[in-house]
Amino acid sequence: MPETLKITDLHVAVEGKPILRGVNLTIHRGETHALMGPNGSGKSTLGNAVMGHPGYEITGGSIELNGENIVEWDATQRSRAGIFMAFQRPMAIPGVKMADFLRHATTNVRNPDRKEGEELIPMRQFRKELTEQMEHLRMDKEFARRYVNDGFSGGEMKRAEILQMAMLRPKFAILDETDSGLDVDAVKLASESIAAIGQGTTGNGDQMGILIITHHDKLLERNAPDFTHVMLGGKIVETGGIELAQELYTEGYDRVRAAYPDAAATEQAMTEKDAIAN
Amino acid sequence: MATDITQAPDLQAPDLENSALGEINKYDFITPTTDVFKAERGINREIVAQISEMKGEPGWMRDFRLEAFEIFESKPMPKWGGDIALDFQDIYYYLKPTKEQGKTWDDVPQEIKDTFDKLGIPEAEKKYLAGVKAQFESEVVYGSLQEDLGNKGVIFTDTDTAVKEHPKLLREYFGKIIPSTDNKFAALNSAVWSGGSFIYVPPGVKIEFPLQAYFRINAEQMGQFERTLIIVDEGAEVHYVEGCTAPMYTTESLHSAVVEVIVKKNGRCRYTTIQNWANNIYNLVTKRAMAYQDSLMEWIDGNLGSHLTMKYPAVYMMEPGARGEILSIAFSSKGQHQDAGAKVVHCAPNTKSRIISKSISKNGGRSSYRGLCKVEDGATGCKSNVVCDALILDSDSRSDTYPYIEVEEQDVQIEHEASVSRIGEEQLFYLMSRGLTEAEASSMIVSGFIEPLIKELPMEYAVEMNRLIELQMEGSVG
Ligand SMILES: Nc1ncnc2c1ncn2[C@@H]1O[C@H](COP(=O)(O)OP(=O)(O)OP(=O)(O)O)[C@@H](O)[C@H]1O
Ligand SMILES: [Mg+2]
Repeated sequence: MPETLKITDLHVAVEGKPILRGVNLTIHRGETHALMGPNGSGKSTLGNAVMGHPGYEITGGSIELNGENIVEWDATQRSRAGIFMAFQRPMAIPGVKMADFLRHATTNVRNPDRKEGEELIPMRQFRKELTEQMEHLRMDKEFARRYVNDGFSGGEMKRAEILQMAMLRPKFAILDETDSGLDVDAVKLASESIAAIGQGTTGNGDQMGILIITHHDKLLERNAPDFTHVMLGGKIVETGGIELAQELYTEGYDRVRAAYPDAAATEQAMTEKDAIAN
Repeated sequence: MATDITQAPDLQAPDLENSALGEINKYDFITPTTDVFKAERGINREIVAQISEMKGEPGWMRDFRLEAFEIFESKPMPKWGGDIALDFQDIYYYLKPTKEQGKTWDDVPQEIKDTFDKLGIPEAEKKYLAGVKAQFESEVVYGSLQEDLGNKGVIFTDTDTAVKEHPKLLREYFGKIIPSTDNKFAALNSAVWSGGSFIYVPPGVKIEFPLQAYFRINAEQMGQFERTLIIVDEGAEVHYVEGCTAPMYTTESLHSAVVEVIVKKNGRCRYTTIQNWANNIYNLVTKRAMAYQDSLMEWIDGNLGSHLTMKYPAVYMMEPGARGEILSIAFSSKGQHQDAGAKVVHCAPNTKSRIISKSISKNGGRSSYRGLCKVEDGATGCKSNVVCDALILDSDSRSDTYPYIEVEEQDVQIEHEASVSRIGEEQLFYLMSRGLTEAEASSMIVSGFIEPLIKELPMEYAVEMNRLIELQMEGSVG
């Protein structure tokens, strides 16, 4: 039985405002899932809630990792348990070098019981691994000396997220629009890297469970989804195979909206409220 | 130690491994007072005269002190900055260390030694800090250093000695950059000063390594009313470093130093201070430099602890092409107020200044940035850039910015940016989502925040400073 990330009837509110309204999704290690849906439908919200962002309040349902409900865990615990998210908009941490940050992160994730102040992974080993992974991603060596996401171009940020995933070797990875901001060649490279990391051909050989949030087809070419899910109005309304993804990025969401009028109405209400709030 | 994928030692990295040390305040020391001769408590004309007499000073210095005392008496307390609740009559103004009772390293309390170890302070410096002088002076390395400097014509001594041995330079420059009339505390210092460094660097001499107070022969313990005078002659260069990250070893509640610097044509001076005061201390310092043609003056100033610190290093750019740079960082915690900042005065055309000020407040601490940028009439083509960033770690803490800009000239370029941020939930989450604990994450964000200053410090200070920030950060997140 492969390891499992299971989301059941998940309700999430942001600043008291309900966003997710009962999401069900099960990912096994080794599977690739695509999550699509119009802007503002709640895809990033799902990712943030799974990762443990304190601003995303879980008002109902559960998130289970191998049967254990992790809803009360903080992001540190979740990360150390093998959950990873490549963010749509990664935060800059000025003054902190990528290499220092990554050495702490890598140590903690690989040694989940590590207490603060305990040994970091040996410099030599870390440096070797980091250099290797950076070469895979065709990143300049200098990159490790730059400050985390500070002044990175859109493409550099996304590449840095993939680098982190490669170093942390998670069990489950959520990739939130990791293809946006990348040029044609970079998307291809990212796509290949994700596939390699996902299949465990780099790192420790174990396969990942992957959730790819995207509006495009490029990442999916090399990471053919076993399942494609469509989110609308804070719910997954439809699940299919790769053909569903193909339909959505060519045809758009009109058919889905028509087929799920309740979710479409919720979406309408959410965006209207936004408009008023703004 | 820090991580880097190249072999180079990395100063910026937060060294999170050694952080389980407990509250820093535990290590604030009490000085045994048995070693010192004290003048009477309080201040009056007689005590000022007595100080001069005990030091065996020439008449001009005695008169200088007495005049300063009168100015001190006539000046009101500053009405800005922090609340100063001081009884001037309850303070000892002169502590003369007795000669023979040089303490030995064995006499230093274990707890203090432990703190030094935890801060990673070098052996020689530890002894100096703990007031162990005898061994220190015999250190061959410092002896040869002095000789080397002496051969180049560099004078590096304590200011008391300089008054006697270099009267010509002293009479020319002492009290000229910061006259006693400048402010109440400068007047007080002028009346009762003792100790501090005197440095003269002859034309064209470039001192390659930072000069530190503890290199001085007969270095006295950090005094209450230090008086430092640095003269950098034409084309000369020096970097002076004072203070250290260990908590100050003191019982007196008022510390009020005056530092005067002259940088002549094409000269360069960098003055670095790192101070970590006990919670009861008022640290009221006047620091000012005059920079002449095409010279560069840099103040790097790190302030931690104290009940109240008021310190605004200043650069007066006197001639065309002069540059002034001031980098300061303040860290304030419970019961502490750091009122720190910078002052740049453009008196001549084509002068340039840059101020970077960073403050961190936690546990109810308060930091203020107070800065003045002044451009005098006729000082055309000047540029000034001011950036001050405050980081507030919790809702009990406070930060204020008081920028003053006085410009009497049209043709100038002045930029001022200020930001106040709370330690961002988003940044914390990002780091935690990569396996860092909340405490590790905050500590990393704070070290990143002060990194622009840390990277300007000499290596050992950078390492100490990073450790110290970690200590300060402990227990700051719940
Ligand atoms: N941190 C937040 N603060 C306020 N509102 C938020 C926050 N995060 C999400 N929301 C709101 O929740 C709704 C869903 O946003 P979410 O970012 O999850 O959409 P998405 O499906 O990822 O969209 P996109 O395709 O544009 O990335 C939106 O109305 C958004 O404004
Ligand atoms: Mg999104």
